[in-house]
Amino acid sequence: MSQNIEKILVRGNEAVAMGAIDAGCLLFFGYPITPQNEIPEYLSKHLPPLGGEFIQAESEIASINLLLGASATGARAMSSSSSPGISLMQEGLSYMAGSELPVVIVNISRSGPGLGGISASQGDYFQATRGGGHGDYRMIVLAPSTVQEMYNLTCLAFDLADKYRNPAMVLGDALIGQMKEPLTRQKAEKMDLPPKDWALTGARGRKPNKIKSLYLQEGELTEHNWKLYQKYERMKKEEVRFEMVNAEDARLIIVAFGSMARVSKTAMEMAREEGMKVGLFRPITLFPYPEKGLYDISKQVKQFLTVELNTGQMVEDVKLSVDRDAEVHFYGKPPGALPPPEEILEQIRKYYR
Amino acid sequence: MDTKGFYYDIIIAGFGGQGVLAIGNLLAYAAMKEGRQVTFLPTYGVEMRGGTANCTVVISSKEIGSPIVQRPHAVISMNLPSLLKYGIRVLPKGLLMVNSSLIDLKEVSRKDIELLAIPVNDIANQNGNPKLANMIALGAFIEKTKWVTFSSVFESLEKVFDERHHGLIPSNIKAIQIGAEYVKSLL
Amino acid sequence: MELVFKRPECLIDVPFHFCPGCHHGIAHRLVAEAIDHFKIREKTIGVASVGCSVFMYDYFNIDVVEAPHGRASAVASGVKRARKDSIVFTIQGDGDLGAIGIAEGIHTANRGENITLIFANNGIYGMTGGQMAPTTLLGQKTTTSPYGRDFTYDGYPIRMAEMMATLEGSAFVARVAVNNPANLMKAKKAVRKAFQMQVEEMGFSFVEILMSCPTNWGLSSLEANRRVEEEMIPYFPLGTLKERKMADYL
Repeated sequence: MSQNIEKILVRGNEAVAMGAIDAGCLLFFGYPITPQNEIPEYLSKHLPPLGGEFIQAESEIASINLLLGASATGARAMSSSSSPGISLMQEGLSYMAGSELPVVIVNISRSGPGLGGISASQGDYFQATRGGGHGDYRMIVLAPSTVQEMYNLTCLAFDLADKYRNPAMVLGDALIGQMKEPLTRQKAEKMDLPPKDWALTGARGRKPNKIKSLYLQEGELTEHNWKLYQKYERMKKEEVRFEMVNAEDARLIIVAFGSMARVSKTAMEMAREEGMKVGLFRPITLFPYPEKGLYDISKQVKQFLTVELNTGQMVEDVKLSVDRDAEVHFYGKPPGALPPPEEILEQIRKYYR
Repeated sequence: MDTKGFYYDIIIAGFGGQGVLAIGNLLAYAAMKEGRQVTFLPTYGVEMRGGTANCTVVISSKEIGSPIVQRPHAVISMNLPSLLKYGIRVLPKGLLMVNSSLIDLKEVSRKDIELLAIPVNDIANQNGNPKLANMIALGAFIEKTKWVTFSSVFESLEKVFDERHHGLIPSNIKAIQIGAEYVKSLL
Repeated sequence: MELVFKRPECLIDVPFHFCPGCHHGIAHRLVAEAIDHFKIREKTIGVASVGCSVFMYDYFNIDVVEAPHGRASAVASGVKRARKDSIVFTIQGDGDLGAIGIAEGIHTANRGENITLIFANNGIYGMTGGQMAPTTLLGQKTTTSPYGRDFTYDGYPIRMAEMMATLEGSAFVARVAVNNPANLMKAKKAVRKAFQMQVEEMGFSFVEILMSCPTNWGLSSLEANRRVEEEMIPYFPLGTLKERKMADYL
């Protein structure tokens, strides 16, 4: 089938917007911020003719709450932003995790802290994978590495959000959002999903549905938190996704996600040309994290090099995952010039034995 | 063109408004049309506003890892600041194409590269459309490198240009052809 | 025998948790009566705000979603945009709408969202235990204005209804009180009118209800009713501030 679909050259951000539409999302709420503006711009043009709704809200706080309301009706809805805006959304994300509302949030992250800058960064890894807002919760976090994946994982995020009744985040960055690559815009087959019998559609012929996160009766909140925990455990069992390249004979494995994974892939190829047996492990789901995949490969490979566009966040998860006697090295870049593959190659040479 | 295994990358740079992103985009689109893997990485945001603009295009026979390139095979430099910044990064024996309308060739210090000087603004002015200097440059570059065919570039124009600008396609095609002719005349 | 009074179909038969003399229960009843009147219970979705109003879902026999503090009007807008054929309302307190959620409230009105916002103004934070609200009157003592509200420190009480009325997006804006039978009858009409506006797709409707909070005011129910009359109404005048006669698409 895919051969019949003409490839188009689009920005990562546009691919996200197309993915949302093809996943049946007709509602978008957002507030402008660089470097993700192509997402709202595309949707503001394409949603109304499809009978959808686009609101440019007064803030990211309003956006996330418009999203909460729309999602409560059972509709597929999305918002996108970049780091400072995502910070403003944390309250709403916590409420939606607590109220078990399925929504998709896209973070085309930029650099911080504070106003920071608009260059690419992976400094939001902790915020994304540890919940981000208050309370003990998790979001599904997907990290695309190509424009095609921006499209595919946006579609997938909607299915996973619905499957688990939980917010799902697509975590890209300025590099992957702004670059253009060929895209085959082909809808994935939709998962078999549970019916949304919890949705607010008007209490006609049934008892009223209540969507809330406040639990004041004794024991209620404990039980609710255990229920959420069980859900996160199920995600860990069923939804882990990662890509492993050249691992079979590798003596050193680079661990990187998103934009840094693709730069690392080139560095790996350069190293192979120099005769070094280097592999790449790329987590696609940042939550649930591919702990087991890393552990399994660390039974045979003992050198790991984590590469991130920050000063060290995911490396903690790598250390928690690998076997005891594996060594985990780290190469991080704070915001600024993006590292070319040569820079990573230098690090490989340093740690390769 | 050898289609077995190939990899080629290029940085196109100049002032914002010179249309460097447009020609990078066109080049990438045309290469995609010919079944190649491509990436196009533009500058965006603040950098675009009145400052310099540049883009990196990678064309390859297989999946492309890094869209960021340290040492490109070619640089198209549309103004002096971009020459100073990117000229030094061209690979030895690589191609450095400069806009000699705005750049004094004395500024080019590299001897280990191939220099192609095209006065793109002058050519565009002589042909009555100063705005199409970027297309002159694109035509010259393609004629020189043959990385894509002209027909794929022409077909890509309607994909890259917004529909309201489709009326401008014939004049753009003409400018690309003029750029190509200029390179032929140098041989 | 003729039945002259019954519990609205829209309300569940449970005792209110509200303090004795609190007007919140009356507001619920007015809303429930309006919903019953237009026979829209089965397509009405309520948005519970944070404050004493949050337990709406325990009382209304309708679908309800709970919003974060201050965000009820944004949540209501999201519900309405996703289900245009539903009737959507929220009851927001003065802290929720006048302080933390003033941006969401103003912009919801300004977008002309076809929802109904009931503003419960008792000039104090009830649920958190009697702190100063944006509508606390000058000189009024609260647990965080122990010397009385002083405009040099705390600014002035905000008149939300007047502010909402200035916005082109609002279709119906009224301020009412429920401290005596005469005011109550007017309040009932205003709330019904607000829902009628939504049913007729006229746009954003807003009713500010001046309410008592005997517990946090430190007054008896009757004294609290008198305070509404003598202190609140002079600063927050009652009446219909705006009523659009036809749907307005500027």
